[in-house]
Amino acid sequence: MELDGASNTRIMDGDEMRRAITRIAHEIVEKNKGAANLAIVGIRRRGAPLADRLGELVQQIEGVPVPVGKLDVSLYRDDYPDRKPEVGRTDIGFDVTDRTIVLVDEVLFTGRTVRAAITALIDMGRPAAIRLAVLLDRGHRELPIRADYVGKNVPTARSQNIVVRLSELEGEDSVTLVDG
Amino acid sequence: MALRHLLSIEEAETADLRLIMETARSFQDVIGRPVKKVPALRGRTVVTLFYEASTRTRTSFELAAKYLSADAVNIAVAQSSVTKGESLKDTVRTLEAVTADCVVMRHSSSGAPHLAAGMLGIPVINAGDGRHEHPTQALLDAVTIWDAWAPGLGKRVGVDAPDFTGLRVAVVGDVAHSRVARSNAWLLTRLGAEVRFVGPATLMPADASLLPATVHSDLRSGIDGAHVVMVLRLQTERQEAGLLPTAREYSRIWGVNRSSLAAAHPDALVMHPGPMNRGVEIAPEVADGLAGHSSAIETQVRNGVAVRMACLYLLMGSAAGEVL
Repeated sequence: MELDGASNTRIMDGDEMRRAITRIAHEIVEKNKGAANLAIVGIRRRGAPLADRLGELVQQIEGVPVPVGKLDVSLYRDDYPDRKPEVGRTDIGFDVTDRTIVLVDEVLFTGRTVRAAITALIDMGRPAAIRLAVLLDRGHRELPIRADYVGKNVPTARSQNIVVRLSELEGEDSVTLVDG
Repeated sequence: MALRHLLSIEEAETADLRLIMETARSFQDVIGRPVKKVPALRGRTVVTLFYEASTRTRTSFELAAKYLSADAVNIAVAQSSVTKGESLKDTVRTLEAVTADCVVMRHSSSGAPHLAAGMLGIPVINAGDGRHEHPTQALLDAVTIWDAWAPGLGKRVGVDAPDFTGLRVAVVGDVAHSRVARSNAWLLTRLGAEVRFVGPATLMPADASLLPATVHSDLRSGIDGAHVVMVLRLQTERQEAGLLPTAREYSRIWGVNRSSLAAAHPDALVMHPGPMNRGVEIAPEVADGLAGHSSAIETQVRNGVAVRMACLYLLMGSAAGEVL
């Protein structure tokens, strides 16, 4: 992702990411008044490892296991992929009906991915509530969607890119703002 | 996905075929849900154009289109203007003019879908052409095998890429008339399997030496150690006179039953593309999985819908992408 002539700004390092995720886990437990009826669902790909981390943290805080799932939204998108349409597997091993589902994604941008994820979840049942947790909110929403839990708000230009690297996928935790 | 049409396995890129199989895996999950429909192809139209009788393939494609929220329209040739003498060319052009987004076609002449694809700006899927190919059947068979066997030839445990190295597949019966056998031979060998055609010499294709399979004229030695025994339908409606004496004799010598299966691998998977002639090419107890081997025949039908969803999604999705 290093581009010639582009200036890169480091927004988060590993420690900052860990603290942000830990804080979100505490906020989820606080708002939900515990872990009862809670489930965490990561939007593939980068939301999935973040959901795993949140699930583990919530379990440490509350001492009870929290179901964690992965959701692939390719089939629910309103834009067809322009090159290679790839469909990942959805893996939600619990009934979503009557649960409070916390959707997790790495970056909240236009809101279209989250819209697709909400539709996909509702196709699986009727959750009691759907909440949204994101590591970064970069603005430029195209739909009336907001996050309930935000790691960090980052003002960006539309032309910029946010590159999130996660240790589960890329071997390190970092967030970089790349000028387009 | 480099593929614009799915006309044959032989001409398709292996990477695209793998992508279809992997995508089918995701659709297996979708059709296992209480709500089977996903909105991926909402507002688009799939036309099934069948110049040859077929219930299961056509239904399978229609269900696949509907589960993707596309509209499926069937042109049954017996009721169409084809019987009034319209040419294939004109029929196919009309489909495009009425804004179909994909054509699924079966024809008794080999190469007819190629002809249609050359005239159309929309994806064409070959649902069986003459004695040539039936690519989606081979893909669903490969997915079924992939689910059943692991590369190490133990039972599979969630391995990610299809690799059939070391797998021995015996295709038994009427290979000469079988487009399923051809498509399977091309696909399974590309994935690493050894394919054997097993049957009487009169039912072996004249060009067998051009196909990636070995020919065996003895049932027991042909299926010796096979991990997959794929039984073909005896195509009685295509049977020219003189290729075999009687169905009864065929059944006695070439029928896959408990005793002939003893030569296969103990965990062999028995498959059949359907529709079956029970008691002719396959014994009823073998078809029902009651002869000590597992029968994948119902799984094949279920995987057929998932594979066709993957084909429609990948071909129609990428076609839209070029416009965007």
